[in-house]
Order: sequence, then structure tokens, then C-alpha cells
Amino acid sequence: MTRCAQVLPHRQSFRGRLARDLRKNRIVYFMWLPVLIYYVIFHYLPMFGVVIAFQNYKPFKGILGSDFVGLKWFTEFLTGPYALRVIRNTLIISVYSIVLGFPAPILLALMINEVRCPAYKKTIQTVSYMPHFISLIVVCGLLHDFSSSQGLFNVIGEAFGLPRINYLASTSTYRSIYVLSGIWKQMGWGSIIYLATLSAVDPSLYEAAAIDGAGRLRRIVHVTLPALIPVITVQLIMRLGQVMSEGSEKTILLYNESTWEVSDIVSSFVYRRGLLENNHSYGAAVGLFNSLVNVVILTVANYTSRRVANESLW
Amino acid sequence: MIEKRTWSSLLFDGLNALVLLALTLLFLYPMWYVLMGSFSDPFSLFVSNELLLLPKGFSLKGYEQVFQNPNILTGYKNTLFYVTVGTCANVLATSLGAYVLSRNGLLLKKCFTIMVVFTMYFSGGLIPTFLVVKNIGLFDSRLALILPTLVGTWNMIVMRTSFRALPASMEESARIDGANDLVILFRIVLPCAKATVAVIVLYYAVGYWNSWFNAMIYLQDKSKYPLQLFLREILLANTANGATSSGFEESDMLYLEDVVRYATVIVSTVPILCVYPFCQKYFMKGVMMGSVKE
Repeated sequence: MTRCAQVLPHRQSFRGRLARDLRKNRIVYFMWLPVLIYYVIFHYLPMFGVVIAFQNYKPFKGILGSDFVGLKWFTEFLTGPYALRVIRNTLIISVYSIVLGFPAPILLALMINEVRCPAYKKTIQTVSYMPHFISLIVVCGLLHDFSSSQGLFNVIGEAFGLPRINYLASTSTYRSIYVLSGIWKQMGWGSIIYLATLSAVDPSLYEAAAIDGAGRLRRIVHVTLPALIPVITVQLIMRLGQVMSEGSEKTILLYNESTWEVSDIVSSFVYRRGLLENNHSYGAAVGLFNSLVNVVILTVANYTSRRVANESLW
Repeated sequence: MIEKRTWSSLLFDGLNALVLLALTLLFLYPMWYVLMGSFSDPFSLFVSNELLLLPKGFSLKGYEQVFQNPNILTGYKNTLFYVTVGTCANVLATSLGAYVLSRNGLLLKKCFTIMVVFTMYFSGGLIPTFLVVKNIGLFDSRLALILPTLVGTWNMIVMRTSFRALPASMEESARIDGANDLVILFRIVLPCAKATVAVIVLYYAVGYWNSWFNAMIYLQDKSKYPLQLFLREILLANTANGATSSGFEESDMLYLEDVVRYATVIVSTVPILCVYPFCQKYFMKGVMMGSVKE
């Protein structure tokens, strides 16, 4: 401490140090400029733009000139007939996706990890990544095609004695098609992070377990799974944090008026009200409400996980 | 490890291989069905009602229609523009940002990092973003598909992690030789982090190839539409969501519809399915780097 004080006779103020740093690293700061401008315009300006949620925003008056209406849009949404429906649908679809979709890539990774033949292993991996690269438009277009009463799903369903129905137009099957197709698309891609973690597991752990007489299944339970627990925890917190942020894109492509009762979620509702019907303030209010709920959920999930499992995002 | 060939172990391997085979078929079959459908005779396909293993009859009618459709050509051209220009711009901006975040001893680095990571957890939402893009004059401009998604935060963090893993000695010797930070980034850091750059290029390129939502909300002029928006019109034309004209002659469409749709899917999807297997070995590395915490 004393020696430091001798080298630097007087501690510089923060402003002084900043000025020196800006001069010394001016090229580095210059390189940051495009990134800074990008984040300010496309991330931070919209964050300030949410004030329109508290205004009666009129495009010709602009953000500064529009009238302030307080929480009008929030109360209108929360007391209106649609809040319950879209929040319920978002939660059901999300929870359904998490319950079935979260374990799927883990199971796939465990199975791939047990394959001995490298060529077979690689082929399975390549094939399982494929759906991730097929565009959502194509996937949804094919889902419409396959779900129609003459489509592939009905051909298969009929072989099992199911009646012919349009799976996407029927309120009882819409969510299953939505969730299962999502798992089909992302299962292989999602397994990468688990496979990457497993490739770093020390093989001597398996040998030791085998010498102790553990069979294949017991080695999976006692060696492979424990190695995955930290990654699984972090992935689960992130997934739970997104429970209310189901994106609008797939819903917009799959739903139609006949299934709104089960298919309309918060983000598709925001899109319809805010952009299609040009009710910008209302849409922004619903979006902001949803963002805040998300932040709260993520914080709670992160806190719980830090207390329970000692793993957290921050 | 040399596994003892016990019966239970062999049984385990057999079952495992079988389940995985079933899954593989499940992943592949929809695309196989579409591929076979696209080469089928339109009328036999229209009246048939069964699983396809091979084309039903053979005809290239679907592909003929697809390549005569002017929209597909326009869409392809536009998409190629968005993919090339967009990917270059994104990779450039992302590597600049990643380089800055990988520097040591930068006074404002922590502040920059927080500023960037915060956007992963909170955003203004669809409507305010839309209004910003509109108000800065990007509405109905090709740039509206590139600038609002210029930097993927997660990609930038992946890149920063890989830059940080490079040995500091190379950079120091370059600095002694008088290289500044820009030279170091483009001549030393980027060439050394080739694997990561490849993954990021792939992520951005695939993202541009498949994106449609921004194009749908920001573009009005059809001559700027990317392929995916025309695909939407073709694939979802007879659902409540599709727009009206798909660019095909309506009178032919009745029984040609299926083949044309399948051929369109194949034409628009094959390029990307041919590329990704070559980058596959980098995927794991990329994912691991993104998961390293600050």
C-alpha cells in the first residue's frame, strides 16, 4: 500500500483516469463506437420508447407531444376479456413446452453419448441438427399441409383408428402440434450443449464405476448425470425465465381465428393489437407488462437456484 | 475404455441404437416425404392418400412452375443480398465489439459489458422497437432488415470468450512492432479465432436466410421481399394467415398445388442443408464459449 502511494504520489480522480484512458485507448474506444450506436438506437431508445405505454400515442404528435394517460392501457388490458385468455394460453403452452421439451435434448444427448460407433454417432448428430436449419415458414407451411384433413398426420392417424380432423384448426390438438413440432425442431440442436459438456468428462470416472460393478444404466445415473447437473440447472433457470416470453412468430404462422381461444398468446396479441390494428400504446403497455413479469420470474428463478443448487446466471 | 461384452451391455447398446434409429427417421421423414412429393406426378399425388417412400409417378412439373415464378427469383436475389451484406456487416460489428470487450485494463469495459448483457434480459418490446425503426426513416428500406439486428449479444459474448483465450504474447510482439488495435484485430486476432468466426458467420447467415418477421413488419415494396416472405405466400396461401397472390397462375393450381409447394420447400431449403454439416465440428466449441460466465 505504502509502496503504491510512493509510485503514484497522488491518486487521480476518476475523471482524470478516464481522460487518460480515453487518450491511451482511443482506437479501442473508436472501435466500440458502432456497437455503442447500435445498442443505443435499437435497444435503449426502445426502452425509453415504452413511455408510449403511458400515453395516448398518436404518430403525428410523436412521443413528446402525445397526451399522458397514466395506467389507462394497463387497466384496460388487465380488466378486459383478453388478459386472462392470452396469459393462460402463454403459460399453458410454455409449461407444456418445458415439461416435454426440456428433458428431450438431455435424453437425446445421453443416448448419443452411449453410442460406440463413431460414424453412427456423427450421422445421428448431423440428422438431429437438421430441423434447426429449416426455416420456421417452411416448418409451419408443412404443418398446415400435414395437418389438413387429407394430410400426412391424418394418413398416420387413420392407421391407428383416429378420426380425420384438421389438427391445426381443432382446439383440442392445436397446442400439441405447436409444442411437439417445436421439440422436433430444437431437440437435436439443444443437445449440443450437453454433448459438449459430456465430452469433457474424465473417462477414468467411468472406469472406476465399472470396476465397482456399475452397469451401463448405473454409470449414466451416477457419473454422466452428475456431470450434467450444473449445465442443466443453468439451462433450466434460463428456460423458466422465458416462461412468459413465448415468441409471436410461430403463433402468427399457425393460428387462425377458430383457435384463438387456445392459441392466442401475449406476443401474438401484442402484434395484432399494436401493429395490425395500429393501437401502439395498448400494444406497448401489454408488451411492457409482459417484460416486467419476465424479469420478476427470471430473478426469482435465479435466486432460488442460487440458494438451492448454488448455480446461478449472475 | 474397453467395455466387457456382457449380455446386458449388448442389450443396452442394441436398444439404444434402435431408439436412436427411430428418432433419426422421425427427424428425416418429413423432409423425405416433401422431397419425394416434389418429384411426383401432380395428379397421382393429389388423389393419393398414403405415406411416400418413393415418388408417386415421376414429373418435374413442380420445379418447372417454381422456376417460372418471378417471385421466387426476386426473393432469391433479395435473400442473397441480405445474407451476404447482412452477414458481413454483422460479423464486422460483432468482432469490433468482441475485441473491445476482450481487452484488459479498459476503464469502461465493465460498464460496456453491463450495458450489453442487460439487453439480454430486458427489451423495450415489439411496438417501441418498431416505432424507433420507423422514426429513424428505415421503414420500407432494405437496411431495416440489417441494422436492427446488427449485433447478436450472445454471438458477441461467444466471440469475446474465444478472443480472450488467445495467447497474449502474439499481440504483445505485434504491438512492439507498432501495430495498433485495428491491425491486431484484423491481422492477428480474427485469423487466430477462425473456428469461432466460422460458427458466427454460419449463425448470422442462417438467421438472415430464415428471417421473415422484420421483413413482414418493415417492408411494403414487394421487390425488396426476401425469399421467406414469398414462401409464406405460397405455403400459407390458403390459410387465414397467408396473403393473396402467390405469383402462380390460379387456374393450374388446383391439383398442382401440392407438388408446387413441395418443390418450393426443396428449392428454398436445400442450400442451407448442404452447408451446415461442414461447420458441424465447430458447433460444440461455439456453444461452450457462450456458456462461460463473466
